[in-house]
Amino acid sequence: MLRSEQKPFEEILGYLEGEDKVFIVGCDGCAQASQTGGLPQVLEMKERLEGEGKTVSGCSVVDFLCQKALVASRLRPLEDTIMESDSLLALCCGVGVQTVAAMVKKPVHPGCNTINLGGSRGEWQGSERCMECGDCLLEYTGGICPLTVCSKGLRNGPCGGASNGKCEVSPEKPCGWELIYARLKETGRLDVLKTFIPPKDWNKMRPRPEMLSTSMWALEQMDTLREGGTV
Amino acid sequence: MALKETLDGGKFAVTTEVGPLKGTDISEIMELAEILNGKVDGVNVTDQQSAVMRLGSLAACSILVEKGLDPVFQMTCRDRNRIALQSDLLSASVLGINNVLVISGDYPTLGDHIDARDVYDLDSEQLIWTINRMNEGYDLAGNELQGKTDLFVGAVVKPVSDTDESFELQLTMMEKKISVGARFFQTQAVYDVEVFERFMKRAVQFKVPVLAGVIPLKSAGMARYMNKNVSGVFVPEHMIDDMARAKDKVATGLEIAAQLMRDLKDLSQGVHIMAIGWEKKVPDILRLANLA
Repeated sequence: MLRSEQKPFEEILGYLEGEDKVFIVGCDGCAQASQTGGLPQVLEMKERLEGEGKTVSGCSVVDFLCQKALVASRLRPLEDTIMESDSLLALCCGVGVQTVAAMVKKPVHPGCNTINLGGSRGEWQGSERCMECGDCLLEYTGGICPLTVCSKGLRNGPCGGASNGKCEVSPEKPCGWELIYARLKETGRLDVLKTFIPPKDWNKMRPRPEMLSTSMWALEQMDTLREGGTV
Repeated sequence: MALKETLDGGKFAVTTEVGPLKGTDISEIMELAEILNGKVDGVNVTDQQSAVMRLGSLAACSILVEKGLDPVFQMTCRDRNRIALQSDLLSASVLGINNVLVISGDYPTLGDHIDARDVYDLDSEQLIWTINRMNEGYDLAGNELQGKTDLFVGAVVKPVSDTDESFELQLTMMEKKISVGARFFQTQAVYDVEVFERFMKRAVQFKVPVLAGVIPLKSAGMARYMNKNVSGVFVPEHMIDDMARAKDKVATGLEIAAQLMRDLKDLSQGVHIMAIGWEKKVPDILRLANLA
């Protein structure tokens, strides 16, 4: 499982600056369990965005946003609504954002940061990877993670090492930044490349002590206890 | 004249570079310092070039300062975290080094310590940004420096790319590097002046000096090797043929380099000669190019 937490609302609003219509996608898998992207959080986000004068063109909660087949089957009937929107807001882990961004030719804003679990990586279904860095940059990189897709994990742009679109580290690997460029071009967002990403706080990538528990059961227990509920 | 003064004065700048050896023998750098003194505006010292472990750029730059040259301290983001990078920048300032060139750095697997862990705590844009903060008197954590740096910051750009994505990205990165404080650029080696002109038509809008890279060819084999293995280097076939046919390969290689420099003079604000073993011949190339 991947744990996520919602980004501060102001940060999300900043991503939506200059846009009116946004389509919200949530995830009934890990994000639901993290209480960051299940139906209640999606509806709450809808209300808050509408309170800020945004139009929420639609919402959808998919069982597992990391699985392309499920994403396709749930979003295809809503294609017209989605394509009429300015962008999508994905309330889920970094894998989910990347999966949706890979499938929909629209900007996909990350609504959450993925928290590091110190080694537990969840079960991935496609080629998207999330490093659980705790400070999601997918807003600036076309929904393709530069930490995982670039061999050097460069945040601001490519090095000078690529040849014929391939990485200097391995000729079998595409240059991640050329993929990011192509995605941003496709979605008309090349301007975000000019945004300077300041030095990263790597502490956010370290697992918090309570996340080092080895059993999923213990994590679930913790959530229940925090809310004062009973199992 | 010092590099910054030359560029600030709008004069055509000439820089070259030296690569420290693996070991403590500094006789070659001492000799090159004598040969290059007064001939060039700046001398880059590479930083663990091609990810091969050698004497550090900082120490070699310091030797050049003592010998009266104006070194350009090359810094890659590969080997040091932000603490070490900032500390070395303070050290460079204290040692009288005026210029820094920021590079991402070849990946460790391209070098001779292939099992090394890469760092990239800062990327090159972030390092340029950091140096400018230090020039303003603050470290990355926001602490005030007791004595600030006054470093002239340069960056690199690849003017020729094999994909449109890469070409456009290089221009965008150039713009971003300037926005965080890059004051000059040195480029990958250029062999096709027309292609370079196409790049400069786009880059001229940034109004930051560009020093075009020149690597003298030593043989047709070297040219083919670079075409195959060095990103951003494209030696045209006719030049490879010239080298293959040449009786005197040294004279032909130097003449091609000199001709390139004469052609690049009207298109760029300077040249950066990467002689790769032919450092002692740099004064000869400059004479041939009418730049001595």
